[in-house]
Amino acid sequence: MMRLRSRFAVFCARLACTVIRKTGRGSGSAFPGYVARRIDPEILSVMSGMVRRKVIAVTGTNGKTTTNNILYHALKAEGYQVLYNKMGANLLDGVITAFVMAGGKSGNPDVDYACIEVDEMASAGIFPKLKPDCVVVTNVFRDQLDRTGEVDIICGRIRKAIREVPDAVLVLNGDDICSRMLCMGCLNTVVTYGIGEKMGEDIPVGTAEMIFCPVCGHRLAYDFFQYGQLGVYRCPACGLERPHPDVSAAEIAWKDGACFFTLAGMRMKSGTRAPYNVYNTLSAYAALQGAGISRGKFGEMIAGFDYGNRRENTFTINEARVQLFLAKNPVGFQQKIFLLMKDPEPKDVVIQINDARLDGEDVSWLWDVDYHYLAGANTATVTAGGVRCYDMELCLKYDGIACTSTGDIRHTVEELTVRGSKNLYIITNYSGLYRTNRMLGELQSAGKEGAMP
Amino acid sequence: MKLSIGHLYPELFNLYGDRGNVQCLLKRLQWRGIDAGVTVLPAGEKIDFNGLDIICWGGGSDRGQEMAAGYLRETRDDFRGYVEDGGVVLAVCAAFQLLGNYYRTEKRTIEGLGILDIRTEWKPGRLVGNAVLDSPLFSAPVVGFENHAGRTEIGDYTPLGKVLFGYGNTGKGDNEGLVYRNLIATYLHGPLLPKNPEVCDWLLERALRRKYGKEIVLEPLPDVQERRVNRNIVERFTTCQAGGGEKAGNRDVRGGRR
Repeated sequence: MMRLRSRFAVFCARLACTVIRKTGRGSGSAFPGYVARRIDPEILSVMSGMVRRKVIAVTGTNGKTTTNNILYHALKAEGYQVLYNKMGANLLDGVITAFVMAGGKSGNPDVDYACIEVDEMASAGIFPKLKPDCVVVTNVFRDQLDRTGEVDIICGRIRKAIREVPDAVLVLNGDDICSRMLCMGCLNTVVTYGIGEKMGEDIPVGTAEMIFCPVCGHRLAYDFFQYGQLGVYRCPACGLERPHPDVSAAEIAWKDGACFFTLAGMRMKSGTRAPYNVYNTLSAYAALQGAGISRGKFGEMIAGFDYGNRRENTFTINEARVQLFLAKNPVGFQQKIFLLMKDPEPKDVVIQINDARLDGEDVSWLWDVDYHYLAGANTATVTAGGVRCYDMELCLKYDGIACTSTGDIRHTVEELTVRGSKNLYIITNYSGLYRTNRMLGELQSAGKEGAMP
Repeated sequence: MKLSIGHLYPELFNLYGDRGNVQCLLKRLQWRGIDAGVTVLPAGEKIDFNGLDIICWGGGSDRGQEMAAGYLRETRDDFRGYVEDGGVVLAVCAAFQLLGNYYRTEKRTIEGLGILDIRTEWKPGRLVGNAVLDSPLFSAPVVGFENHAGRTEIGDYTPLGKVLFGYGNTGKGDNEGLVYRNLIATYLHGPLLPKNPEVCDWLLERALRRKYGKEIVLEPLPDVQERRVNRNIVERFTTCQAGGGEKAGNRDVRGGRR
């Protein structure tokens, strides 16, 4: 039975959520958590402690939302009751909101598992309250330097968070030297995952963060890079090397817009064209294995899994295919360009760059992306939008990509879907993601209504 | 004519898109039909300063700075000679600090090259945000983004510019960067040169003059995109009407300094 103060906190938070949604003041993905926390500062520990089996936390730079969604669906497929922060609200209030909204009137969350995505910079503040039984780190890349400082600072923050939960199973990407260093000196049980074969010859690598050995400072030797600094590495001087992974994906093949790979002896088929989603799938599987959770239905679930997280959606507008992509840091952006290259059809590309706090106010990271690959991606036109469209335009100029800018993305989309190549890609950074998704949804349904007899 | 651009320790100092500065120097020469080459100067290898016309040195992490400090000590005399001889240098952020006597951080003191008689002290509260400078050397304002915990006292050196928006060398919002002979040191990245083509051309003209011993005026380029970015940032952050909210936002950060 929940203590009275916590029950009251949940009641008020749920009321706040109803009010926000009814009055159309947002999605209510974080404010209810704030309300609950103000009434009961212990609310997260209390509710996390009521999860019947286990709490899994997912943190890192890229792939948190996808990995967490895979975990959620994998656990649902096994027949469990699960709560998760599906809206991707991953700061303290967002995490609390996921818990308070999961429960019934009694306030009891009534779930077997909780899968919680946690912002890497907020992890040190959240883990002591969340007390996860299992922590997954997807990767650590350069991201929002004005907020995080540098990669070493992000790692330091995650390391501090991990020290708070020495009993949790730690699931790490062994191919990422930044992530794998997180377990040095920790008391946790560690499970590593990795991919020992190169996923594709033509993948632009992007920024390699770790060139020198973090232990002795000698230049690292890499057999190959997957993307970013992910790859098979070793230090010729001190002998530090990529750990032999406890869980790995192998025999990766790309065919007909799907990806096939062998995971723990099972042949999997997944509807992704992105190498990073093989890592995301692998990290979720490794977490289930590490936490000792049944996963007999995993392959079946993955075959039907939507990697778009209901935000990187595909639309049909004026009979044109429109694909929305999120790119919020150099490694992510480079991967999206790689996906464009995989589509041989002629295409128009719109890139929207904002500099809101959510995005990082510093847009210098745009210069860490290699855009000249766009020239080989059969792009008919490139248009830059968003508050920082001129920065984007200038970057592209330096990589020899012709570009125009727009102050009205909606209008540009309408134009391009009518007169363009009928194959439009929109790449946006974070703050424009949900807004653009909504806008594209509106354009899609407007078209459908117009087409009705 | 041909210029050789040296990119100093790019693997350790590449934090803020600094590749863009090197590209800018290179392209603005090529666009004018002048030959140019980029020499990567990796950490640990001996640098031949005689073969270089411009040195580009960028921002790096604390760990990168410490690793570099060891290698740099060996280059100190040659590097100083190059600067005193009028060698062209662009030093951004960490490079600015390392050219000085020392950078005293919270935990330790990183010894600098001592080429510039300046000192940097760490203070709590990073100085992060867009910046706009008024520089007597250039007609357009210099724009960029600063992100530093170190406060640098430049003494009697000539600053790069007066701060119109932002924090500047010490966080007091007075002066930013410095100019010494043919060296520009600054906290501004963005990267700096593509958004401020006049600064790039200033460096190029000085490098050409030093190498060929005569006044060389570069022919103007259209700079349509360059000017658009520059003007956009200036208008957003220094025009009262358009930038008032942003400005207030920045003051909040300053006020919130611990």
